[in-house]
Amino acid sequence: MGSSSVIRKTADDLRAVPNWADYAAERSDFSWQAASRELANLPDGGFNIAHAAVDAHAAGRLSEKVALRFLALDAAAHDVSYGELARLSSRFANVLAQLGVAKGERVFVLAGRIPELYVAVLGSLKHGAVVSSLFSAFGPEPIATRVNLGACRVLVTTDRLYERKVAQWRDKMPTLEHVLLVREESGTAIPAGTLDLAALMDAASDTCTPAATTAEDMALLHFTSGTTGTPKGAVHVHGAAVAHYVTARYALDLHPDDIFWCTADPGWVTGTSYGIIAPLLHGVTSIIDREEFDAERWYGILQDEGVTVWYTAPTAIRMLMKAGAEIPRKYQFPNLRFIASVGEPLNPEAVRWGKEVLGLPIHDNWWQTETGGIMIANTAAFDIKPGSMGRPLPGIDAAIVKHNEDGTLTLIDTPDTEGELALKAGWPSMFRGYLNNAERYRKCFAGPGNAWYLTGDLAKRDADGYYWFVGRADDVIKSAGHLIGPFEVESALMEHPAVAEAGVIGKPDPVVGEIVKAFVSLKSGFTDSEELRRELLGHARKKLGAAVAPKEIAVLPTLPRTRSGKIMRRLLKARELGLPEGDLSTLEAGG
Amino acid sequence: MTQTDIRAVVLATLKSIAPEVEVDALSGDRPLRNQVDLDSMDWLNFLLGLNKRLKVEIPEADYRKLVTLDDVVAYLQAKVD
Repeated sequence: MGSSSVIRKTADDLRAVPNWADYAAERSDFSWQAASRELANLPDGGFNIAHAAVDAHAAGRLSEKVALRFLALDAAAHDVSYGELARLSSRFANVLAQLGVAKGERVFVLAGRIPELYVAVLGSLKHGAVVSSLFSAFGPEPIATRVNLGACRVLVTTDRLYERKVAQWRDKMPTLEHVLLVREESGTAIPAGTLDLAALMDAASDTCTPAATTAEDMALLHFTSGTTGTPKGAVHVHGAAVAHYVTARYALDLHPDDIFWCTADPGWVTGTSYGIIAPLLHGVTSIIDREEFDAERWYGILQDEGVTVWYTAPTAIRMLMKAGAEIPRKYQFPNLRFIASVGEPLNPEAVRWGKEVLGLPIHDNWWQTETGGIMIANTAAFDIKPGSMGRPLPGIDAAIVKHNEDGTLTLIDTPDTEGELALKAGWPSMFRGYLNNAERYRKCFAGPGNAWYLTGDLAKRDADGYYWFVGRADDVIKSAGHLIGPFEVESALMEHPAVAEAGVIGKPDPVVGEIVKAFVSLKSGFTDSEELRRELLGHARKKLGAAVAPKEIAVLPTLPRTRSGKIMRRLLKARELGLPEGDLSTLEAGG
Repeated sequence: MTQTDIRAVVLATLKSIAPEVEVDALSGDRPLRNQVDLDSMDWLNFLLGLNKRLKVEIPEADYRKLVTLDDVVAYLQAKVD
């Protein structure tokens, strides 16, 4: 990490006046309270995300401006203006009102990046419901777990996804009352127990008064994975929008005339915070591609849509690199002026690849589901340290800490010393709880007055104040930028009659960071075979979906366990990687 | 190789990555990824598997032509011949 590798910025690198040019002054002058005054309050003084992000613009000079531009392979671009988005989200809010959905009740969306997803998210917020967008590549089991944990009352999905992932499991979701279907298959009858969303929308009024929510009312529910137990439902409030707004200004350098493309799916927190809310708050035009990754298609979008600010992920960047240098030579990106990446540390080669191929270096940043928005970033006006996550944004105080056995915290001030990354509690998009799990929430905070949020990420800070990710403090797997809880995968494998025990690890992969690898031992009467491993793979994929299921399964005679009976995932991982096995004093004999 | 042979190799490759897929239920003329749950990595492994089994080069620039099962079979047929 010598200074030679730093990417120095000069005035020539800036294609717009940066929103943040003086690091120290901006940080010292900043206050969340002042920032919150830049967003539109409700007429009575409350705050509602949908009002600030959509209705306030629709009522003003941005009414005709394109808010969302949807791209698809087999159709022309579909533009939705701020005015239209206000009307559509009002219709959806009125549909919820008609179904008797009360303030604070949960609406889930399970869909690809179709317009209805965005309308449902914003309409739910406008109605005062709490909304959660689930990744459409989840299998039936992760869907049911989350629906039940969140006490979902209304689910918005497509006929295809309903048939494949919900219909047969519906009796396992007792709180789910209404399923609103988007019809993708023409000519088929609407399944029993569902409602046709388009028909309900047509019949609803396109005006509505936003619910009288306050900044502290629950708005969004994002699920994230831990090492043990079921997924955690991180609760975010309407006031989080202030952080979405401010962080997009500083870390993404959004300007009013930008064409912004966030490639993340709204099934993950990035796709909601920066794929829906932040660009709307700024009144910019967002590009949304409904298709899966395709190198040539992506270069084409950057060029043809005139994307100016691009927020993407390391996996996508590495897939573009893998596709070779020939394809991008056919395209030009004169409008592109800022690129950022999030999900996992971006390797220095990838940062520099951006400069060579796209003409701009890539700015890595760091945050997580619990933080709700970007906390630490390499930004437009300042030098990039490739491989680092950058420096804390205005309004954010970070530290490297040691969490002591007695519960106290020691702040580590010595540069380049590894510890846990902690953030001073109190920014607006900080999560306000894990649903139904106050104890787990409490454990995330420590220090005097529980003033520090412990991120679970190990990191270092260098002498210049840049932070460097080291690893997770737990066994959570990070694949393609998404957290996958080993317990959820192990549980699904254990449901197969042949499996006696299962241990799941993240196996390093050059493209997606880590892939999910499972080790299982078999019950007596079953023997290892190619056929059985395939059956297990199919079983896991059917239950968990492609995004969560293991990519590799190995059968072992027994799995290493601690004396207290816990499967030692770390040892499985060390053996997989051929690493020293470390302290085995707790290992049960024979493991 | 006949078209039937190639189709069989394509389906076997698909099954090796996603054993849960019921191949008889697939429509050849609808986008494959609308019918089966494959993430980006599965899709790359699928194309890589075809490359290995059929010894056919599939340049990245051609990936976008491979949308339906019929597309994939026709593409490979032209390359194998």
